[in-house]
Amino acid sequence: MLGRTLREVSAALKQGQITPTELCLKCLSLIKKTKFLNAYITVSEEVALKQAEESEKRYKKGHSLGDLDGIPVAVKDNFSTSGIETTCASNMLKGYVPPYNATVVQKLLDQGALLMGKTNLDEFAMGSGSTDGIFGPVKNPWSYSKQYREKRKQKPHGENEETNWLITGGSSGGSAAAVSAFTCFAALGSDTGGSTRNPAAHCGVVGLKPSYGLVSRHGLIPLVNSMDVPGILTRCVDDAATVLGVLAGHDCKDSTTVQDPVKSFILPSLTDVSKLCIGIPKEYLVPELSSEVQSLWSKAAKLFESEGAKVIEVSLPHTSYSIVCYHVLCTSEVASNMARFDGLEYGHRCDINVSTEAMYAATRREGFNDVVRGRILSGNFFLLKENYENYFIKAQKVRRLIANDFVNVFNSGVDVLLTPTTLSEAVPYMEFIKEDNRTRSAQGDIFTQAVNMAGLPAVSVPMALSNQGLPIGLQFIGRAFCDQQLLTVAKWFEKQVQFPVIQLQEIMGDCSSVFENDLASVSLKQ
Amino acid sequence: MAAPVLRWCCPARRWILANIDRGPRHGRGAPTGSRSSGKRGQSSVAQQPLVTAQKPRKGEHQWAAVVGLEIHAQISSNSKLFSGSQVHFAAPPNSLVSFFDASLPGTLPVLNRRCVEAAVMTGLALNCHINKKSLFDRKHYFYADLPAGYQITQQRLPIAVKGSLAYSVCVGKKRSQVINKTVRIKQIQLEQDSGKSLHDDLRSQTLIDLNRAGVGLLEVVLEPDMSCGEEAATAVRELQLILQALGTSQANMAEGQLRVDANISVHRPGEPLGVRTEVKNLNSARFLAKAIDYEIQRQIEELENGGEILNETRSFDYKLGCTVPMRDKEGKQDYRFIPEPNLPPLLLYDSASLPAGADPQQVINIDQLREQLPELPSVTREKLVQQYGMLPEHSLTLLNEVGLLEFFQNVMKETRAEPKKVTSWVLNTFLGFLKQQNLAVSESPVTPSALAELLNLLDQKAISSAAAKKVFEELWRSGGKTPAQIVSEKRLELMQDQEALEQLCQATMEEHPQVVMDLKKGNPRAINKLIGLVRKATLSRADPTMIKEMLEKQLSS
Repeated sequence: MLGRTLREVSAALKQGQITPTELCLKCLSLIKKTKFLNAYITVSEEVALKQAEESEKRYKKGHSLGDLDGIPVAVKDNFSTSGIETTCASNMLKGYVPPYNATVVQKLLDQGALLMGKTNLDEFAMGSGSTDGIFGPVKNPWSYSKQYREKRKQKPHGENEETNWLITGGSSGGSAAAVSAFTCFAALGSDTGGSTRNPAAHCGVVGLKPSYGLVSRHGLIPLVNSMDVPGILTRCVDDAATVLGVLAGHDCKDSTTVQDPVKSFILPSLTDVSKLCIGIPKEYLVPELSSEVQSLWSKAAKLFESEGAKVIEVSLPHTSYSIVCYHVLCTSEVASNMARFDGLEYGHRCDINVSTEAMYAATRREGFNDVVRGRILSGNFFLLKENYENYFIKAQKVRRLIANDFVNVFNSGVDVLLTPTTLSEAVPYMEFIKEDNRTRSAQGDIFTQAVNMAGLPAVSVPMALSNQGLPIGLQFIGRAFCDQQLLTVAKWFEKQVQFPVIQLQEIMGDCSSVFENDLASVSLKQ
Repeated sequence: MAAPVLRWCCPARRWILANIDRGPRHGRGAPTGSRSSGKRGQSSVAQQPLVTAQKPRKGEHQWAAVVGLEIHAQISSNSKLFSGSQVHFAAPPNSLVSFFDASLPGTLPVLNRRCVEAAVMTGLALNCHINKKSLFDRKHYFYADLPAGYQITQQRLPIAVKGSLAYSVCVGKKRSQVINKTVRIKQIQLEQDSGKSLHDDLRSQTLIDLNRAGVGLLEVVLEPDMSCGEEAATAVRELQLILQALGTSQANMAEGQLRVDANISVHRPGEPLGVRTEVKNLNSARFLAKAIDYEIQRQIEELENGGEILNETRSFDYKLGCTVPMRDKEGKQDYRFIPEPNLPPLLLYDSASLPAGADPQQVINIDQLREQLPELPSVTREKLVQQYGMLPEHSLTLLNEVGLLEFFQNVMKETRAEPKKVTSWVLNTFLGFLKQQNLAVSESPVTPSALAELLNLLDQKAISSAAAKKVFEELWRSGGKTPAQIVSEKRLELMQDQEALEQLCQATMEEHPQVVMDLKKGNPRAINKLIGLVRKATLSRADPTMIKEMLEKQLSS
């Protein structure tokens, strides 16, 4: 049952094949079994069970709230959850219990979803590995998959298996791992430069970054307000569309959400792609791109072509400036957003009280890790009066150019862009930490981050396993607010590629019974 | 529920804290703390002459002073600029704080329509150009009562620009000459107020009250077109009246709803402007004028003595009556402005640009607000002059004193007395009594009806002017009695009995032959003595003109 997609399990709930409480208990049990993945910071067992109980009552009365009623979900720990600790994986917010729910969390709860817990991330979502939070790194469930292990056995490594686990990507690595390891059916991530799509690609799940302004950010603890979007991680495209349908829409608490009424996100099953025009941005073919990802990218393009779609090479000429531009804009907003963490109203406060300034300084030094402090420092540098024109204003102009690149391409008749999501498959933690966070983030975000500059919708869809038995995802980028069209194409692609299900039985030991009957039946059919 | 033992932070010494070593905020546009002086009423009525005439000091005639103002007016609105919390003065500490006001992570600003309307109305009343598109920015500085670490303001593109404020200064010995002046308005911007820090020296701690944090402010920037404290104070008073007439701010300085920072410099005419200082946190019109005049003098003396003026922030010590430098150890602060990313540009429309089918709740029409503007003080004054033949300076006083115009109008409604008479009674007698006892119009023991009745008695010649004064005094002392009651109790009614009065005149002349002699010798003033004597005999109940007529008649007969 746990291996099913959200829609499948929703149908099972409606048909009474399983009760919400049973489902909840199974997920909780699996969360415990997979504790070593470090996907969750907080497991809200009591809350989830209570919600399950209520959901069960509704089902008994035949008053189900909809597709999400009774469905276990997880939420990245940078979304405010009323009464549940929200840490951003930072000492600064350790112990902080928000008094309100983020709008997206509230919407999930209003639909009857069960909140299993808060998932791990890089501190304040600054990173692309989910390795830089105070609760330690998230381990990629694929490290323990039958697929990966079998491939490794073939090669004599002699390395310690215990230290050889893979990163999830990030910063929403906890959410990606939680969905990938079947501990929930959907999870919220956040996506500022690729933080949802990147771990989705590494963990073999679907990662959707909706159009900026389509989904409320109220309650999402910001990284870069002008680029942040709540992300959705699921096991299939249809599920992402279902969740988007619940989350999307104007929120009077977020003035940047669009007022237009939201259209349905139910996805048609495309049978004919011949009217589609797929753009392949030539600038995305970078030297660092692994040959395996590159060949899958070509294969995907050919797949569309062979089915009659028009596939053309397009140019996004300002792409190469995106990372440095992002660095300036991101750190500047970070410097501003982080100013509120002064130890006065909430969060960590140091013991020093000789003066308010000394208290601020010590609180912030103790509360933030090096990455956060480094970004605050750079951001404040860029915002200095003498630097503002040369850095911030320039970066804003470049941002406009990057956004215009996309506008031009879409105006030329392209419906959807097809790109890699990441340079390569997930790498082992030991290898990943050889580089510093900034370098890693720059590499990790290379294909995803320009999308945030332009506010476009994008989705990473797992395509195939690498030679090492690890998932590789590709990214589709759509026109602004054409999320449904984007997902429709992604759904067609997903159906064509038949990405294999992760096989975790071995590592789960006695928990494998959970999957016994399910895994075989899991497919992408509806 | 008010925080016990704590004192509001006041200017000067209060900045220096026993333990918490923090410099005050400085630089332009930072929300200025209320630093409430605790002395209520000083701005309500009985404003002393705004500036005491300075003794001419050496070299003064060679210098010209330049004064500009930054005024923060708290917007009168039910809720705050970006949150739903209520706005209310003197509520229990931290009882009006939303999650956004406390800067809880993840909260976002939502612009209050009422505050935008208030800004547009104020802009229109001050002849500003209203920007159809304005932007919000974050201005960063760390301070305990600024929870987010930044203030949302309008640094780049404010809602209104390029306006003007006309005001009138009374000059001359009797302050009867009215001079009309104009100060240009650079801009009006919407921004958030800060919270309040309550410094407890005894316990070496600072307590924070966030009730005020996030209240909408209008920052009105006045160009340096003024040249002395009185001009500045008069301009501020006029702005205050306009804001109150519009209802966009209660603009009560004592409650911190109107706070003024002054930029002051001196230079020799014909030479470039001098280095300016900023005097912050001026919380009454009187201190504003005093502080500016003191600062002008200080700068002149400094320069005359070969010193130089530092570009610094100073505060006014109202006890010592001088300005003192505020501690500014970090030098000029860099506020690291950044566009507020959570608020889209603020778009306003006029009837021509209003999008078809737009939801009226979602758009603001400038033209519609213009039509709804109430009568402004300058128009009210003009009407008073036109309608009642009032002197301009009288119309100024009627409006400047809180509640006085309404009092006057209420008297007018119920009396047949001449407007000039009413004006004179209201401005001289009534206002004089109020000032003597430092009372507001609303605290007056004499009601408009009572004064109207009294003036009617006077108008009917039922009592003399002198008797009327007595009745007024009695009304003031023992509220509750009507003028008619007092008149009858004290037997103050005018002697209507001609014969009796003629007899009294005759008797008086007979009793004072010497005075009559004087008069006959050609001293015309001697008749006044006789009139006085007759009046005394009537217990001031006779009309002096009538007495005079009778005396003259009897003398010539």
